Amino acid sequence: MTAMLTIRDLHAEIEDKPILRGVSLTVPAGEVHAIMGPNGSGKSTLSYVLSGRDDYAVTGGEVLFDGRDLLAMEPEERAVAGLFLAFQAPVELPGVGNANFLRTALNAQRRARGEAEIDAVRFLKLAREAARRLAMPEDMLKRNVNVGFSGGEKKRNEMLQMVLLQPRFAILDETDSGLDIDALKIVADGVNGLRAPGFSALVITHHQRLLELIVPDRVHVLVRGQIVRSGGPDLARELEVSGYGAVIREAAA
Amino acid sequence: MSATLEQAGSRALAHFQAVRDRLPGCPDARVAAAEVFRSRGLPSRRDEAWRYTSLRDLGATSFAAPEAEVSPDAAAEWISLTRGLPRIVFVNGRLRPELSSLPAAISLGSFEVSAPKDATAAALPFVALNTMFAEDGMVITVDPDIECGPVVLLALTVGGNVDMPAVCLRHRIALRSGARLTLVEVAAGSGRYFANCVMEAEVADGAKLSHVRIQRESIDATTLSTLFVDASAGATYDSFTLALGGKLARAEVHARLAGPGATVHLNAAQLLAGSQHADVTTVVSHDAPACASRQTVKNILADRAHGVFQGKIEVARAAQKTDGYQMNQALLLSPEAEIDSKPELEIFADDVKCSHGATVGELDGDQIFYLRSRGVPERDARTLLIRAFLAESLADIEDAEARRMAEDALEGSWEKLGR
Repeated sequence: MTAMLTIRDLHAEIEDKPILRGVSLTVPAGEVHAIMGPNGSGKSTLSYVLSGRDDYAVTGGEVLFDGRDLLAMEPEERAVAGLFLAFQAPVELPGVGNANFLRTALNAQRRARGEAEIDAVRFLKLAREAARRLAMPEDMLKRNVNVGFSGGEKKRNEMLQMVLLQPRFAILDETDSGLDIDALKIVADGVNGLRAPGFSALVITHHQRLLELIVPDRVHVLVRGQIVRSGGPDLARELEVSGYGAVIREAAA
Repeated sequence: MSATLEQAGSRALAHFQAVRDRLPGCPDARVAAAEVFRSRGLPSRRDEAWRYTSLRDLGATSFAAPEAEVSPDAAAEWISLTRGLPRIVFVNGRLRPELSSLPAAISLGSFEVSAPKDATAAALPFVALNTMFAEDGMVITVDPDIECGPVVLLALTVGGNVDMPAVCLRHRIALRSGARLTLVEVAAGSGRYFANCVMEAEVADGAKLSHVRIQRESIDATTLSTLFVDASAGATYDSFTLALGGKLARAEVHARLAGPGATVHLNAAQLLAGSQHADVTTVVSHDAPACASRQTVKNILADRAHGVFQGKIEVARAAQKTDGYQMNQALLLSPEAEIDSKPELEIFADDVKCSHGATVGELDGDQIFYLRSRGVPERDARTLLIRAFLAESLADIEDAEARRMAEDALEGSWEKLGR
């Protein structure tokens, strides 16, 4: 099977503090992998480094996306190549209408790929359909991006973007945190609806609950900036029962 | 006073002596204004009202009217900005009837210069200078209960390459009781010049003047405008000023809420780059009870640009139940950009609600990254966020055509921010 994302011995730090200390991971095309781990283990840092946030310094290793050097690309180029990050805490954009934002993003990607832009009327039809599938009230398209949205609405808005932008590789950074079971199901439906041989995802989570709904092909445990254990979907259930302690002790041994 | 300003002041007086007999109308008012100007001179930064804005660029002006003519192509291009709306067009300080098209509800009055009735206003140096030299201006009256607009007032100036001619327009607008007018004022030009415009507006009981001002003067121009507004009982003066052009620009407004229940909005946005300097100075006088004034001034400053906001709210003893609000916000796009903000409240009544605030910030790195992570190129992301900063100001322009004109003017301004 061809690898869509290959991470080799990735080291990254913020303000001279090492966070990732040699992460290696391969996600083949068509697979969904989960990353679990205690707080502060570097899960979010990994998602930011992959999406190109510049306050993190990569000090070693490489990341290949479809065989291309991902770390050499600007954040917008990564998005155009098909990478999508669902943020843990999406920012608010006062003064920017949600529909306008979504269309700007979609058309920026289409332009960069040499595809025709989507006009406002057709776009609004697409966006309304997608919003309905995500059980979002329609006025969320009219409101300013994430302004006054509840935590759950912000997460759903991330899913709306994912569904409209149709990425080839999605990173969900604790998208499940703070969601009730109905919202969790909507998020899972969003990801499962994209599952296809040409789509892969990295689901970062604390809890096994989401992984009951998005069943991963592999589960990796990240502890202190390194993957200390990998396994099948059962690993998530095992961690839910025994906690991270055993895995951490095992890794230290 | 600096030697440069002193010489410029003497040059203005000498030029007045040379041309006074050829100027139209009321020589007494002009001579009196020249006396005011002689005793007052051009203000320096030691003057409190001009503390943040230096006029040394006026060292280059001859105070003489421009001689260049606007080419038909250039005129047509500027006129195309008016979106086919009724318009009153001035070129180099003179009305051009053949370029203008007035709506039926408005007739132009004959121009005559006179000093403002208010002594403080008459004592302002640039008002005196305008009274000395103004040869033309828009004089309009909207009759009671007539609704009119939008009408465009377009002032074009063709300046020099080396020399710096001067243009003084003097406008007078009167809205009778219950009348309504949307006026879109566009100031534009090319080359080097000094524009010194004065407008006096009377808004009678229950009347409403919506005033959208788009200042897109030449980047080599010095442009000063002084506006006097008098709002009677229940009247509304609602204005938005967009400052884009000029090397040195100042929009000064003196608004008086003269009758109970009057409302004044003095909103503005300044978009500046390079070494542009623009100044919004306002004096809002609450002279009657139960009036409201609102002011939101937004500054977007790139490169070494310098924005100034001086806002004074005066509340007279009689003006109980005054509701005054003032906000100055600045978005600094470069470490060398600068904003000066001076709010002043002078309150003599005891039952009033007055507040003011100021914010200064940069574009938010998290917001830029969020947009980029969705595939929006960095430059477009920044433009989107700057536009968002202005969104509420533009949304407040009630008339759709006027709003479109302001948006069109902004559209051509992103380039200069250079990112």
